[in-house]
Amino acid sequence: MKAEQDTRVRDEQKFGTALKYWLTCLADDELTLGHRDSEWLGLCPDIEGDVAFSSIAQDEVGHAVFYFDLLHELGEKDPDRLAFRREENKRFNAIVLERPNGDWAYSILRHFFYDLFDDLRLKAMENSSYAPLKQGTQKIRREEYYHLLHMKTWFSRLGSAGGQAKQQLELALKKIWPDLGDLFDFGPYEKELLEFGIISLSSSEIQRLWEEQVREALYGIGLNWPGEIPSFARSGRRGEHSSDLPPLLAALCEVYQLDPEARW
Amino acid sequence: MTEAEVWEALKEVMDPEIPTVSVVDMGMVNRVILSEETVEVEMLPTFIGCPALDLIREKVEQRLAKNGTARAVQVTFIFDPPWTSDRITDQGKQRLKQFGIASPEESAAQSPPCPYCEQSGAEVINLFGPTACRAIYYCKRCRQPFEGMKKV
Repeated sequence: MKAEQDTRVRDEQKFGTALKYWLTCLADDELTLGHRDSEWLGLCPDIEGDVAFSSIAQDEVGHAVFYFDLLHELGEKDPDRLAFRREENKRFNAIVLERPNGDWAYSILRHFFYDLFDDLRLKAMENSSYAPLKQGTQKIRREEYYHLLHMKTWFSRLGSAGGQAKQQLELALKKIWPDLGDLFDFGPYEKELLEFGIISLSSSEIQRLWEEQVREALYGIGLNWPGEIPSFARSGRRGEHSSDLPPLLAALCEVYQLDPEARW
Repeated sequence: MTEAEVWEALKEVMDPEIPTVSVVDMGMVNRVILSEETVEVEMLPTFIGCPALDLIREKVEQRLAKNGTARAVQVTFIFDPPWTSDRITDQGKQRLKQFGIASPEESAAQSPPCPYCEQSGAEVINLFGPTACRAIYYCKRCRQPFEGMKKV
């Protein structure tokens, strides 16, 4: 009897650890990219682009808050502290998302690639064993639909424009490709995530589906498939980040840090 | 306070951005649950990142407090069922139109008719607008821009 109870308790602990880790990955991806999106304000090629990026940023940060709220319900700190008071090595966003915005082509391509990935990841949670995640991701996916549509539209525009637009896109592709490895890393608890049904597809399955879509998209605008995504030397999913994260965090946390005890 | 009275009161809580449409007409109210100690209002956020959600919660609490009840008023945002744009009531659609905001068509790919002159075939200016839930269109006949609720 005791052995059974012990197993169940251990299982519950494993479930909790894997779930909280996963929620942190989801939240950090959205928060990081949302912050980068917000940095386009006032700088987009046209005003409609500004409105779009601001709206997208607002959605992303809202999604991050959703995941932080779930973490808070599970006993972690409140969303503000999770967002603004966590050390770098406890943040699990993918490295590609913390890179600076670069030029328009880079930002569009990075967002397009991420939105394709996130759509697959969200869909793979539509039957998640954790009900709040199952429900929330359903809603989030409906909102992300417009992000993906927007990025795909711009991707096609830049590609079919030819000339400098296409050149910049090619340069962006070269820059982004080696950074993609850890986007598909599901971290140290992948086995538990799948075993407990928190997500229904493995990281390699999602990568495979993503590559199929990207291959088609690149072919559609006459760009060559860059080859296999290089394996990652370090993974944001394990708290290993680039030198681009500290300045991002400094900007993100600046107002909060002025007075962490203030009530807004 | 009866359940019916709560619903009546909620019809007076207007969307902060669109003051002619109530949260009930927006389809944001899922259930009203009364118990001895609490009045619980289950609401569905239109968009998760909508910054007006806290304000809506406050307005609901304030409006129900006006009815005078000893019970605690609780507003909870839930995600199941997800809010979809087809929860907007017919009256809601009318009021939106009066405000110059079109309601979504069957398919997200189709532009809605102009709320001013009814002409179809409006140009999409932006899939994103001044709030999370609205897109921007341009009517080629009456030459006015108008907003449309996004289909989710």
